[in-house]
Amino acid sequence: MTPPAMVSPDMAPLGMAPLGVPQASTVAPEVDALIGALLAISLAVLALVFGLLLTYVVRYRAGSDAFRGDLAAKTWRVEIAWTAATLLVFFGLFVWGADLYARLFEPPSATLNINVVGKQWMWKIEHPGGQREINALHVPVGRPVRLVLTSEDVIHDFSIPAFRLKHDVVPGRYLSIWFQADRIGDYPFFCTQFCGTDHAAMRGAVHVMSQPDYARWLDGQPASRSLVRQGQTLFMRFGCSGCHQAGNGLASSTVHAPSLNGIYGRPVALADGSTVIADDRYLHDSMTDPNSQVVAGYAPVMPTFAHVASEAEILDLIAYIRSLSQGG
Amino acid sequence: MSLTLPARSYLTEDGRLRSWLLSTDHKRIGLLYLGTTTAFFFLGGAAAALVRLQLIEPDGAIVSPETYNRLFTMHGVIMVWFFLVPVVPAALGNFILPLMLGARDLAFPRLNLLSWYLFVFGGLLSLSALAAGGVDTGWTFYTPLTSDYAKGHIVLVTAGIFIAGFSTIATGVNFIITIHRLRAPGLTLYRLPLFVWSLYATSVIFVLATPVLAITLVLLAFETIFHVGVFDPNLGGDPLLFQHLFWFYSHPAVYIMILPGLGIVSEIIPVFSRRPIFGYKFVAWSSVAISVIGFLVWGHHMFVAGTSVYAAIVFSMLSYLVAVPSAIKVFNWLGTLHKGSIRFDAPMLYALGFIGLFTIGGLTGLFLAALASDVHLTQTYFVVAHFHYIMVGAMVSALFAGLHYWWPKITGRMYPEVWGRLAALLIFFGFNLTFFPQFILGFQGMPRRYATYPAHFQVLNVLSSAGATILAAAYLLPLGYFAWSLARGERAPANPWGALGLEWQVPSPPPVENFRETPTVTGSPYAYPPMEDGVQDAADG
Repeated sequence: MTPPAMVSPDMAPLGMAPLGVPQASTVAPEVDALIGALLAISLAVLALVFGLLLTYVVRYRAGSDAFRGDLAAKTWRVEIAWTAATLLVFFGLFVWGADLYARLFEPPSATLNINVVGKQWMWKIEHPGGQREINALHVPVGRPVRLVLTSEDVIHDFSIPAFRLKHDVVPGRYLSIWFQADRIGDYPFFCTQFCGTDHAAMRGAVHVMSQPDYARWLDGQPASRSLVRQGQTLFMRFGCSGCHQAGNGLASSTVHAPSLNGIYGRPVALADGSTVIADDRYLHDSMTDPNSQVVAGYAPVMPTFAHVASEAEILDLIAYIRSLSQGG
Repeated sequence: MSLTLPARSYLTEDGRLRSWLLSTDHKRIGLLYLGTTTAFFFLGGAAAALVRLQLIEPDGAIVSPETYNRLFTMHGVIMVWFFLVPVVPAALGNFILPLMLGARDLAFPRLNLLSWYLFVFGGLLSLSALAAGGVDTGWTFYTPLTSDYAKGHIVLVTAGIFIAGFSTIATGVNFIITIHRLRAPGLTLYRLPLFVWSLYATSVIFVLATPVLAITLVLLAFETIFHVGVFDPNLGGDPLLFQHLFWFYSHPAVYIMILPGLGIVSEIIPVFSRRPIFGYKFVAWSSVAISVIGFLVWGHHMFVAGTSVYAAIVFSMLSYLVAVPSAIKVFNWLGTLHKGSIRFDAPMLYALGFIGLFTIGGLTGLFLAALASDVHLTQTYFVVAHFHYIMVGAMVSALFAGLHYWWPKITGRMYPEVWGRLAALLIFFGFNLTFFPQFILGFQGMPRRYATYPAHFQVLNVLSSAGATILAAAYLLPLGYFAWSLARGERAPANPWGALGLEWQVPSPPPVENFRETPTVTGSPYAYPPMEDGVQDAADG
């Protein structure tokens, strides 16, 4: 972090670091502008309240000879006036905050997707090429990055103050945030949802690198096998391939299970008559709690993999199943 | 007016311990509550002192992370459920409400005593669990951390809160019925003191929100003991369901903690300004508005939790809406000061300090109600500072304002005025020094509930801890001079402030039956006569 700079957030132009916090993402200046406006309004109201308070207690202290006649008779006009003014200002702030928030969580179409798995008390990060790191996140500058967040155990929260971004990381769900870093440098990230004993140790740094440096960094990582390839290996190891058809290989056992070819993103008819889209969450739940959503026409015989496969491994398996729908 | 202690008062009627512990007199029960909540306040305060001590150094100055987590959990649990929720309604409200209504007691005196016993039993249960090692979940008990991963006596702590919850429900029912049924003749809706309005609004929340907390805690206990899947995703539950249920209670509970304080300040400002309250109906109905809208804003605790964007937008709008009645109150207090004849006795100093701290706390709430800025600021020290400005800075100032204001009525003795004013100033200064730096820490991204932190946050943390030592000393001061006043304080007249409320028409301290004859009310409790120009106040008359 840079040393604290003496600038107020509302005055900070692009690339500044109000109160010592760099604006390292594309949205950071926008969030700071909102916070600056809130600060300006707050200071104005504080000046008004404290100003009137101090003026009145001095001028109208007991025993002073200030004039006290001519009291306002129709006070409801005053009441309506300040209530309406308050409502108006509040509504403006609400709209501003809501509009920015909606854009904050709406990712652009082409993003670099990186998996982030929270676990008591560390962050496991997995790049699409299979590079893994712990409590560190390398990203290229100037490119939209989408983080797919999930947890092995309790609720965590992934917070990057320099990007003005945070989101809870919830077990059993894939939540995602996106950002585009626009300043090369190292920025701390924190777990900000209390998660047990070593909550405070669950922090690390985002390393924003130039795109060539990032490419070199990826190449320099050991054992770079893509998530799809790793998922394929796990598919064999966990015995999934015994029952499910995937790719060209036929299922070896006589147990009858749905084929996984082309299933990703398609509707699936369930035994209870409902239909779901086979997205990440559905595939995840089918592994950890297979009997909750049984495919129509199949017996509920699949064992649970909840305590067999880790969340990172489940993400690999999903990457593999997804690849089966992409002709790959 | 007579300056001798009345021959008979509720204090001297029967001095035996047994008589106090089995009393159904609202005044004695109020004092029982005051004693127990004060004890809880200092226990929770001791935990806070250790928390601030730990944070002097980035690596933690005194305890392990595990102990630290237990300390802040203990601080939160005690302060929220065993101090802030009951202290003003059940201690001061209990004492003052029937006096303000011209009644002899609450509608259900024995239920009132039962409330206190439930409160003490629940408190001791939670306290024993906290003493036997405690829990490290935070006062929010988020799942699945609490139900599946945390160690400690979770069921015992939550059972204590569950039982204490019934005590607040009983108090709420008692207050609502008392206000409806036991008002003196002529005491119409718009002649009610504003403290009564605020207690009514608080009681409605007691009765409607607390059962949801009880249900939530039972479900949590079921999941923890029997592994029934409600909140834990491994058992097929949904962890966000817990947050919805918890905040459905706990956000209205924030208004439980502040509404009675708003009521106290609305009492004190007119008395020490010698002016009728400005906009009585607006101040009165704004309490009701806060309690109603307060039920619809719980989702603003979950803007980054994984709820839908549309839900977040609706909750953000409603959160701004709930801030409007609070702003109305502040403007009306300022309107009351205008052209008043203002005295600076300790209750008034506390009330003026309240306006300052409440305004700062309220304005910083706007940063958290706006969605995009909440994303950056939530779960950091900004939130810690924000809610401490409301729940500690403002609320404890209001409590002290009320305590000094009604102390002569309660005890029949005056407190030492100079010490009272000194403590008021010290609390205002110490509080700001403790919590203002935390707004900056929060913007810089320092997460809450961290036992250790990166070194660049240290300067502001040391500043905050320094403020906390001043605050601790300032909170101990009243304990000392109130104790002194009990034995040595000057005898109080029936109406030392020249106030117009019914409670000031009975002797100090009041007799057991409060009013010898039920009074008849003919006007507003704030009907101070208009002043032409520099009129001296008529308090000494």
